[in-house]
Amino acid sequence: MLEKNINFVEAALKEYYFNNFELIHVPSRTSEREFGYQKFNSGMTRHLTIKNDKDLHFLLMTQMPSDVYCSNACYSFPNLPMSEKDWKEAELIFDIDAKDLKLDCRKNHTCFKCNSCQCINEQSSKCIKCNSDKFDVISVTCQNCISETKKEVQKLVQVLTEDLAINKEKILVYFSGNEGFHVHIENSEYQTLDSRERADLADYIMFNGVIPETLGINRQNNSKMLLPDIGEKGWRGRVAREIFGTKSKRPKIIQEILLGGYSAFQSRLEEMRHTIGVRIDPKVTMDIHRIFRLGGSINSKSGLSKILCKDLENFDPFSDACLLGDEKVEVLANYPISFRLKNKKYGPYVGETISVPKHAAVYMICKGLADVTQ
Amino acid sequence: MLQLGIKELAKYPFLAETGDYLRDKGFNLEQLSDPDWKPVVEKAYGRIVVATTGQIYGGDIENPDLEILSFVIGIILLKSAGISTLNRRFSLAEARRAERYLEQGLNALQKDRTILENLKLKEESIQSSLKIIQDLFSIQVEMEDDRLKIRIADYLKRAVHFNEREWKLVNRQVESGYVYLSSHEIVRLVRKELDVYINSKIQSVSVSFIPETFRERVGDLVLLAKKFSTTVIVSSDYPPCVKHAIEVLDKGENLPHSGRFMLATYLLAKGQTVEQIAPLFKNAPDYNERVTKYQLEHIAGSSGKGTKYVCPSCEKLKSENLCFAIPECDGIINPVQFGTRRKTNA
Repeated sequence: MLEKNINFVEAALKEYYFNNFELIHVPSRTSEREFGYQKFNSGMTRHLTIKNDKDLHFLLMTQMPSDVYCSNACYSFPNLPMSEKDWKEAELIFDIDAKDLKLDCRKNHTCFKCNSCQCINEQSSKCIKCNSDKFDVISVTCQNCISETKKEVQKLVQVLTEDLAINKEKILVYFSGNEGFHVHIENSEYQTLDSRERADLADYIMFNGVIPETLGINRQNNSKMLLPDIGEKGWRGRVAREIFGTKSKRPKIIQEILLGGYSAFQSRLEEMRHTIGVRIDPKVTMDIHRIFRLGGSINSKSGLSKILCKDLENFDPFSDACLLGDEKVEVLANYPISFRLKNKKYGPYVGETISVPKHAAVYMICKGLADVTQ
Repeated sequence: MLQLGIKELAKYPFLAETGDYLRDKGFNLEQLSDPDWKPVVEKAYGRIVVATTGQIYGGDIENPDLEILSFVIGIILLKSAGISTLNRRFSLAEARRAERYLEQGLNALQKDRTILENLKLKEESIQSSLKIIQDLFSIQVEMEDDRLKIRIADYLKRAVHFNEREWKLVNRQVESGYVYLSSHEIVRLVRKELDVYINSKIQSVSVSFIPETFRERVGDLVLLAKKFSTTVIVSSDYPPCVKHAIEVLDKGENLPHSGRFMLATYLLAKGQTVEQIAPLFKNAPDYNERVTKYQLEHIAGSSGKGTKYVCPSCEKLKSENLCFAIPECDGIINPVQFGTRRKTNA
C-alpha cells in the first residue's frame, strides 16, 4: 500500500479505536491467550501476551496495527515459541467465507488489478494495457454474497445445536469484517479436541466422506427398510428431507434409488455436500494454534469491523459494520463496478477524483480501488 | 465406588483391585514359591504360551482364584524373563480376552434385565464393564432405550485412529451430542488403550527375587522368545516409515493397524505379492495366517469389493505418528515416491 494511503488509513483506524474502546475487549482467560497484530506493508508480530482491556487499547493507540488477532487456544506460556507454549485447549471456531461458496454473482463484482501497470481489468487473461498476466483479484461483496453466507451460518448453527448439543447461547456469530462470518463456540466439551479430531468434526459438518451404507444403500441386497426417514435426526434425516421432500413422494423415489444402485446414490450424496453440507473452511476449524481476528477490530481488507451479530437475519454488514467516520475525503478512484455502503451507492469510477465519506474512502483504499489525493 | 466381586476380578485381573485381593488372601512371593503352587505356575506359563501364538486364553471364570493367581504369576515369570516381546504379546492377548468380557457386559445392558437368568451376576457383569470403561478410559457409556451411546468428543478422540470410512463421524448415528454404537464398537474403540494399560501394569511390577520353582519356566520363556527373533533384511531403498514398520514387526511389537496398512499398501505398490508380504507379519503379537492373508488380499483388491487401496500420503502418516522423515524424504508426498524422486533430482 502507498505510504500516503497507509498514513490516512492508520489515522482513521486510530480514531475509530479511540472512539470505540467499548467495542473491543480482551477475551476471557486473557493471560492464557496469544495475541498478535499486523501493520500495513509489514509482517505479523505474534506470541504476545496482553493483560487486560487497558493494555489492548494501549497497543492499538501506540502500534496503530492494521489487524489485531488473538488465539482461540489457551496456553500455559502464550508468549513462548509455539513448541514451548504448552497448549491446553482451544475454542471451536468456524469460518464461512463468500469467496468459498463459488456464487454466480461473484463475476459481477470482481475485477483484476494488473501487478505491472496497476490497470483495472475485467478479465484475468491479459492486461489490456501492458499484456502482463499477473493480477491481484479485487472483489467487493454484494447483498447476495452476504445472504448466501448467512444461510450457511444458519445451517451450521442447526448442526451445532441439534447434533453436537451446543447451547445456542454459546454460539457467537461475528461478521468477519470482509466477506463472511466467524463463528466462535464458548466453553464447549469439544475444546480439548486436537487438530485431527477437529478435522473429522469439520468433515461431519461439511457432510464430507459419507458412504452410501450409512444411508442404508449397500452394494447388494438393498432394502427400503434401511433407508432414512424424514423424521430421523442428524444427517440421515437431512438427507431424507432433501431426497424425499414429502412423505407422498417417498415410494416413487425409493424405487428410483434402488434401481439406480450404489454408484448413482454415491454420486448423489457427493452432490449433496454442496446443498445440505455446511461450507465452512475446514483449515480454520482444524488449526488449534491459530490467532484469529479479534472481535470489535477493523479488518484491513475492507475497513469494516469484525462485529458480533445479535440478529443475524436482519444484520447488514454494509451499515452495521461500517463504523468509521463520515467526514468527506478526496480520493482518486478506479473501479468499474458499483457497491453500496450505509445505503449509498458508489461507483463505477473510471480514474475519477471524488469526494466521499471517510468510511467509503477507507473501504476503497483497503480494497485497492482508490488512492488518497493528498 | 463399585467393588468388583472375585469373578469379575478374574475377568480383569490387571485392575488395581487385584492387589487388594492378594493382600486380603495373604499371598506373597515367598508363599507362591512353595512347590504346592507348581500347578498354578504351569497354568501361568501356559497362559503366556497361548498369548505368544496370537490366541486368546479362555480360562475358567468358575475358578476365579486360579485365574487371578495364574495372571499374577504370569507377570512374575515375564518380568523374570525380561523379554519385552513376550510382555507385549501377553498384554495384547490379555487385552483381547478382557475385550470379550467387556462386550458381554455391555450386551447384557442392552437386554431386558428382568428376564435375565442369574440376575445378580449379570448386573455385576454390566456394572464392571461400565466401571472399567469409565475408570480406565474416562468414557461414560449411557443407555437410551436399548441403544448404547457415548459423548461425541470421547468418540472422536479414539475413532480418528481408524482408517476405515465407517468410523468417520459422518458415517455414525449422531444425535444431541452423542454417538450411538454397538457394544462391539465401543470395545473396539478402547482396544489400543486397554493394551497399553495392561502393558504399563506389567512394566510397573518389580520382582525382588525369582522363586526356585519358577526358574525352569523362566528359562523356557527365554527359549521361547528366541523363536521370535528371526532377522528380516530391510532394503536400504525403503523409506524410513516402511523400515520402521518392518523393524517394529520384526521385534514382535504391536504395529498399529494404520502402520500395517501403510506397509502392505507400500509393498503392493512396489510390486510385491500377497505371498511375499504375508511373512513380514508373522511376528506380530496377534498374527493369524488366515486373517493376514485375507486382509492383504482385500487391500490388494483381489478379494472383497475389488477396491485396490493406495499407500497413505506422508501427511497422513505424519498425523498418525508413523513418519520418521530423513533428508532423502524431501520433496516427496507419498512413501512410494521415495528413491524414485531422489534419483530424478540427482
